[in-house]
Amino acid sequence: MILWFTILQLVVAIAAGLLAVILGLAGRRPSDLTVGSLMLVELLLIAQVVIAIVAPLAGNPPTGSLLEFWVYLVSAVLLPVAGVAWALIERSRWSTVIMGVVALSIAVMVWRMQIIWTVQVA
Amino acid sequence: MTTPVAPSADTAAPVAAKRMTGIGRVLVIVYAVMALGATGRSFVQIVERFDHAPLAFSLSAASALVYILATLALIFSRREAWYRIAWVAIVFELVGVLAIGTVSLVLPELFPEATVWSGFGIGYVFIPLVLPFLGLWWLFTHRTRVAAKTGSAE
Repeated sequence: MILWFTILQLVVAIAAGLLAVILGLAGRRPSDLTVGSLMLVELLLIAQVVIAIVAPLAGNPPTGSLLEFWVYLVSAVLLPVAGVAWALIERSRWSTVIMGVVALSIAVMVWRMQIIWTVQVA
Repeated sequence: MTTPVAPSADTAAPVAAKRMTGIGRVLVIVYAVMALGATGRSFVQIVERFDHAPLAFSLSAASALVYILATLALIFSRREAWYRIAWVAIVFELVGVLAIGTVSLVLPELFPEATVWSGFGIGYVFIPLVLPFLGLWWLFTHRTRVAAKTGSAE
């Protein structure tokens, strides 16, 4: 993992998450803005997949469990797809909140991934 | 209020009432994310190093199953049977997080590695501790609807 890219992902995911939770609680249905910000989170995650494949070859190997790392990454990539699918099927304010919850859980997972890659508390 | 409020699912027509409505859906999603996280984690723990902490990892797997069961039971909780399963799963979850949380602090040597419920779910920002209370609250407040439904069916 690359630290600045992790931080970028955290900032985007937390911002998208807070935005969607606030708009959802304010009664907004899923909009281009909220769906779009979740898609941005997804794009960054796909870039992260590429980075995770290339980085070990470029001399930046993970120090922790690669299996655990990929379980997190694959789950994280699937979450926004599920969230947006839900938002398209069920166009209510709660779908907006759900997209926010999804984005916030991705922030937690990205942080966990960074820790698995770099810090080992043995 | 001028914001375009969705036709509130809580009060809307019977069409909407057939599905899980309102904040219950958010609860289901949080349960689903926990189920995903706990399943992924226990899968990794058991595949990589089960011998290292068999008790902790078995409990991880058990908690993952409980989260999956609770997620499904909440989704289908309008049916009497699933509603009961939801109660059982969430009460088990509550007992689990309290018991394991306590034991992991009192007898840490039993848990050389963390489970979802260690330290009352501290590794998951205490969501595992809060979630069963929310789940029980939701089940409790939605009891009448199920009772009315089964009453009319008889």
